[in-house]
Amino acid sequence: MSTAATTVKPVMPAKHYLNDNYGIRSWLLTKDHKRIAILYLCTITFFFFLGGMFAALIRLELLTPEGDLFHSDTYNKLFTMHGVNMIFFFLIPSVPAVLGNFILPIMLGAKDLAFPKINLLSWYIFIVGAGFGLAALIGGGVDTGWTFYTPLSTGYVRTPVIVLAVGILIAGFASIFTGLNFIVTTHRMRAPGMTWGRLPLMVWANYAASLIMILGTPVIAITLILVALERGFHIGVFDPKLGGDPVLFQHMFWFYSHPAVYIMILPGMGVISEIVTCFSRKRVFGYTFIAFSSIAIAVFGFVVWAHHMFVAGISTYSALVFSLLSFAVAIPSAVKVFNWTATMYKGSVSLETPMLYALAFIGLFTIGGLTGLFLAALGTDIHIHDTYFVVAHFHYVMVGGMVTAYLGGIHFWWPKMTGKMYPEAPAKLAALITFIGFNLTFFPQFILGYLGMPRRYHAYPPEFQVLNVLSSAGASVLAVGFIMPLVYFLWSLKFGEAAGDNPWDAKGLEWQTTSPPPTHNFHEVPIVTEDPYNYGEEANVVH
Amino acid sequence: MEFKLPLFPEQASSVAGQVDAFYLFLVLLTTFFSLLIALMIVFFIIKYRKRPDHKAEQIHGSTLLEIVWTAIPLGISMIIFVWGAMLYYHLQNPPKDALEIYGVGKQWMWKFQHPGGQREINTLHVPTGRPVKVTLISQDVIHDFFVPAFRIKTDVLPNRYMHTWFTPTREGNYHLFCSQYCGTNHSGMIGEVVVMKPEDYAEWLASGKAEGSMASMGEKLFQEFGCTTCHRPDAGARGPSLLGLYGRPVRLSDNRVVIADDNYIRESILNPNAKIVSGFQPIMPTFQGVVSEEGLIQITEYIKHLSQQDSEPLTNRSNPAVLRDTEVPTIQQELKGRGNEPAAPSGKKP
Repeated sequence: MSTAATTVKPVMPAKHYLNDNYGIRSWLLTKDHKRIAILYLCTITFFFFLGGMFAALIRLELLTPEGDLFHSDTYNKLFTMHGVNMIFFFLIPSVPAVLGNFILPIMLGAKDLAFPKINLLSWYIFIVGAGFGLAALIGGGVDTGWTFYTPLSTGYVRTPVIVLAVGILIAGFASIFTGLNFIVTTHRMRAPGMTWGRLPLMVWANYAASLIMILGTPVIAITLILVALERGFHIGVFDPKLGGDPVLFQHMFWFYSHPAVYIMILPGMGVISEIVTCFSRKRVFGYTFIAFSSIAIAVFGFVVWAHHMFVAGISTYSALVFSLLSFAVAIPSAVKVFNWTATMYKGSVSLETPMLYALAFIGLFTIGGLTGLFLAALGTDIHIHDTYFVVAHFHYVMVGGMVTAYLGGIHFWWPKMTGKMYPEAPAKLAALITFIGFNLTFFPQFILGYLGMPRRYHAYPPEFQVLNVLSSAGASVLAVGFIMPLVYFLWSLKFGEAAGDNPWDAKGLEWQTTSPPPTHNFHEVPIVTEDPYNYGEEANVVH
Repeated sequence: MEFKLPLFPEQASSVAGQVDAFYLFLVLLTTFFSLLIALMIVFFIIKYRKRPDHKAEQIHGSTLLEIVWTAIPLGISMIIFVWGAMLYYHLQNPPKDALEIYGVGKQWMWKFQHPGGQREINTLHVPTGRPVKVTLISQDVIHDFFVPAFRIKTDVLPNRYMHTWFTPTREGNYHLFCSQYCGTNHSGMIGEVVVMKPEDYAEWLASGKAEGSMASMGEKLFQEFGCTTCHRPDAGARGPSLLGLYGRPVRLSDNRVVIADDNYIRESILNPNAKIVSGFQPIMPTFQGVVSEEGLIQITEYIKHLSQQDSEPLTNRSNPAVLRDTEVPTIQQELKGRGNEPAAPSGKKP
């Protein structure tokens, strides 16, 4: 891949952040953002495969119309634990806490994040929160659904709801700390010459997501505390039997949980901007528009929450307003998709693995986004709300979009993180298998949803079986696509070739330092003199 | 295993076709834009693939293009918004002449009652060609009344009445699903909507053994609970008269004016002090846990019935009669006079 040094085999630098220090203490007490990113990577990989295992069991149960594999309580716990694991312990920290943590300070030309100790604290808090999550799982699992709707969650189920709520509450602070660190770092620690107009789009996207983390997460914290108070001490807030209002819970829950979708997807969009430019060898099309669409999504994302509640008892007029605003939030996403596509125009496109994931992202996110219009439109939402159509829609955005972007980003920066190249051929194959498996799993669910199959059904009428079997078959393909990277990434740690500083010949400060970078990222403070994605002026390449 | 692969559920209500048409428009739109993006990507991959003799041409962007691809999606999304909003508005506003049926959801069953008093469980019989309004409430957690063949759905809340309506157009048996997750047996909270010809429906109603119409059952409860002690039409009554109350504005002691609808009546029975009618004292005991949800619906139906009879316009007294505390019966005294809780719903099916 490397054009400049095709004849010279790259070698690992003598000293870097991974061999700077040894021993378990050097990891657990590290303040290095890169090592903390690795700690996060290991943690959330565990939760991804745990959540994936629950998904596999769900798909197994749904092979047949009868609820014959698990008891319905067990099934309810499976989808609850799948949702909670994937959303709170994988998707929310995925790109920000792993890729963002690793790459954002280097992209800015900084030595570290603004508050390295808070960054480490964030991981510990996450571990404590995740520990509570696991405790709830070992204590029998929770069966409220990841949405914790009241009064079911506060007055009816007999599972450790409070333990899980506390876990999510605590993990939320980890995300607040990460957001705080990103915002301050972006404002205060940019290298000389790194103006706002030269920020990589990955930074803009993480900055926008950080705003939501800081402003939104406290609301879910308050909501979960109220749930715990009502459940534990019968203080009536949501349960009508205690004088509360169950719809209030939904307002509070979605006030965070809808913007949280953008916490999950925005950093992924940042990854895509980096990859598409690099493998098109081209400046990004419409830099300003992509950057500001991230901020627009973050802002509009806060005023659309009640589109989850069109049939939940809100007034006709508030439904109209929230529907209108939901269409407004779709526009910046569309702008991004068009700009990425236009970036390829007249480029010099090559299809390395990160680019395959990025293109898969654009396609799947487009479908995920457009099917969101069906749900934002009031007339169709009545029919498809709470059906498999919703399940398909958010998996297209969250798995087809976010997980794909995350995998693309991991492949893109793996050489930087480890200094080693992953094997290209199996990686391309895995990307292809993931794409096929994903569509086979979730496309049938759109049809199932329109046919009327409600979500969270343990047993279903027999006419839905064909589509469910297709979906389960797809899930087994998808599982292969997800397990393969785990294998060859681990393999590459030992057997992978040394990557060299800039295997993709990419722009951006992170590619100007060694792979892996030294503990303080740069041997001397970089000075930025050019626009981001300044491809096409190969004469200026330093290395 | 059935090997038919339909893409649409059956159309059995007057709006089903309209919703499907709208959905089809969205499907075409989604297909068009997804294909547009996909084809462009494939075209660019091939046309601009990396070659030794080819260098990328650097383009910064185009404000004109940005405006175009902001304005076009905005325009299209506004069309979708207006179209969807019109359908929603139609679906949110039941016609005045609709046949009114009441339903109660509980973990994990549906109970329905027809105006004539016929009750059924997990099955709902309705006639074709006539709008049917279903008023729903839950006894415990949130449920959701979903009939895919009618393309309608509404959450069923435990603290207030929700409505949905449909005009069945085709006879047959259709799925009724609970689509809001409601605990252990959520996927078992299913039933059937039986759409019949109007004459068959009339026959079915006649064959059902009802103890009396809903209003008459409500009247019985009204007597049983001693409501008439206070809620009398005469001037000296301690409670406001209920004649002609339903659907009318009521002035409250804090000068607010509310409409006396189902939810107001239900709240006034369960939590009488929440809204005190102007000129009256907050002396009514609560009936929380005393009247079942079905009972509340029947009493409401009775009160509704009172307003359909010729009645004087609602008057709110400005000089409430002076009351002695001893005159006001406590709930314990009220209950002493009658037996146990009202009988559980019989669930009699014709």
